[in-house]
Amino acid sequence: MPLLKDGRIVEDHWQFIGDDDDIPVQGDIVVSFERLKNSIEILVMRKGYLGVRLDNDADAHDLAPYINNLALIALEFPAFTDGRAYSQARLITTQLNFTGELRATGNVLADQGVFMSRCGFDAFEIDEHQPPHLWLSLANAMSLAYQKGYRARAGFSPRAVVASRVG
Amino acid sequence: MYRYDEFDATFVRQRVAQFREQVARRLEGGLSEDEFKPLRLMNGLYLQLHAYMLRVAIPYGTLSSRQMHKLADISVKYDKGYGHFTTRQNIQFNWPELKDVPDLLDELADVEMHAIQTSGNCIRNVTADHFAGVAVGEVEDPRPVAELIRQWSSLHPEFTFLPRKFKIAVIGTREDRAVMKSHDIGLRIVRNDGGDTGYEVHVGGGLGRTPMVSRLIRAFLPRPDLLNYLEAIIRVYNLIGRRDNKYKARIKILLHETGKQEVTRLVEKEFDQLKKQNDAVSPAEYERIAAYFQDPAYEDTDFNLDAFDEKRKQHPQFNLWLNSSLSEHRQRGYSIVTVSLKPIGGIPGDASAEQMHGVATCAEKFSLSEIRVSHEQNLVLPFVKKQDLFELWQGLKKLDLATPNVGLASDIIACPGMDYCALATARSIPIAQDISNRFADLERQHDVGELKIKISGCINACGHHHVANIGILGLEKKGVEFYQITMGGEAGENTAIGTVIGRGFSGTEVIDAVETLVDTYVELRQENETFASTYSRLGVTPFKEALYATA
Repeated sequence: MPLLKDGRIVEDHWQFIGDDDDIPVQGDIVVSFERLKNSIEILVMRKGYLGVRLDNDADAHDLAPYINNLALIALEFPAFTDGRAYSQARLITTQLNFTGELRATGNVLADQGVFMSRCGFDAFEIDEHQPPHLWLSLANAMSLAYQKGYRARAGFSPRAVVASRVG
Repeated sequence: MYRYDEFDATFVRQRVAQFREQVARRLEGGLSEDEFKPLRLMNGLYLQLHAYMLRVAIPYGTLSSRQMHKLADISVKYDKGYGHFTTRQNIQFNWPELKDVPDLLDELADVEMHAIQTSGNCIRNVTADHFAGVAVGEVEDPRPVAELIRQWSSLHPEFTFLPRKFKIAVIGTREDRAVMKSHDIGLRIVRNDGGDTGYEVHVGGGLGRTPMVSRLIRAFLPRPDLLNYLEAIIRVYNLIGRRDNKYKARIKILLHETGKQEVTRLVEKEFDQLKKQNDAVSPAEYERIAAYFQDPAYEDTDFNLDAFDEKRKQHPQFNLWLNSSLSEHRQRGYSIVTVSLKPIGGIPGDASAEQMHGVATCAEKFSLSEIRVSHEQNLVLPFVKKQDLFELWQGLKKLDLATPNVGLASDIIACPGMDYCALATARSIPIAQDISNRFADLERQHDVGELKIKISGCINACGHHHVANIGILGLEKKGVEFYQITMGGEAGENTAIGTVIGRGFSGTEVIDAVETLVDTYVELRQENETFASTYSRLGVTPFKEALYATA
């Protein structure tokens, strides 16, 4: 899956580690929340950055004790119609004040890019058939939004949502 | 009424341009139907049995004459010359072509209208009391807050892919004309002892296959907290509402399974967080919107009661129409007029282009160019001077819009049913037409009095049959349609869900069955009793006996 960040395809230096896989000695890794909880002492001792993937039925507040150890949180859209991760992203960025990479994984479509960005996502595992220029042109389609509190994260697009008004 | 500022206008235009691009991608094959479906639904475009159907939002049911003229023009240019007003105060066009829809939406934008969020699992068009702003005893006009919610919920980034659709209704009176308690969230504007304005917050109402009356979770929510509280409710729902079964995905099921107490606790906890983090509703923004809903400059009218009474005597039809079509206005000398979209034997809620133009013109002459759509699928002229009533009646009569049956047996709510809808299991329109024809004698209808008959063509209950005096649900068994009757339902302040009274009937039998129920009431009623009060005094037994004893 190409990784879209800051409006372009970037190299993905993160390794996603399965629950039965060995933890590599080096490199930046993403583990499940279960593994994060169970192995946090080991995980924080190793070199390389640490990330977690959170199922979309998990309570994002449970990440609170670990939030300062994390450089990436990956949330999942099992189907693009399943919108739980929007609320998780919102909780993570506004209540846990997470500022690292918040990545959208799964059925991630360009037409929802602006919504995701405004809820706090800044990295997107995108479909090959939807190249970055499509994401950017869709992001530029709407320059206005009503919800003041939902600002697109920097770097998504040159002008996604320039003005807002209520709530 | 509300007028778009540059922000609103640009927002809607950009949205149309975006959808134009999505339609182009769909037509060129760049989007599959599966990918296109949620995008078109977000813009109100359904794929029905025979064609696409576009549902246009009429926020809180308020239309200007200019907008109504435009809807009429659209119905001619892009449809077959008519439109269908729905139980959610919207209008549906049944025959647009996909390639034309972006142009149609641009024409709607010309008159400050759109079809955003009239479908899909998002916050739907906000509804309100159709007598808003003119109702007697209103604490405050519910439309400014409905407009605020319309804006706040439009393309909400977090709440566009909810477990299921989400409906909000707002009222400002004790009487509930908006079936507020059958909505996911119902708000009632109230004033507390300190004189502050706020809201009762009712959550978890709904019809469908599991009808439920909403529960009060906040008796007084201060105005500045409104959007934060809505955000809290919908976030909790988005996170923990069921998604494994679409029939159990509405917030009513969450309330039912998780419990009112627990849901309330979660909402209040989230709300406490949000209050710290978000701005409250800005008084300036609220006032900016509310300014559009100020009372008009009412005139002192030179209403001559004697002359009026003389007209009533001379024209019994006019008299009959007055008796069913008028509601009390808060301003002396004015009336609220309900315009029946239920001609005898007609299709409930349908209006031809000529009728739409005609009503728009009547509103220009007699109702300050304002029209409302009621959830009962009628239109309302909210500012009619009593002295103009006769002339208005004559005008409506020419348009075949003066049937004196508002609130009576043939003022039937019916969903489109099998004639249009892809979900329907039976036809509803022909049943409504047959019942209407059976009660064609309007003197008889007036004698029977207030009666709510509501028909749904499937278990989804778009025709509100659960909250009817006589509810009819169309089902199908082995390829044959049959109709179940429910009784004891009520919309309004004392919302109640009706119960099925016995075995179902064929499409012909059910017309007789309804008549039997009505005759039974007429026989048993005491002085001044309505159908509903006779039913609540006697219960279902005499009605059941009359229906099934001889069978």
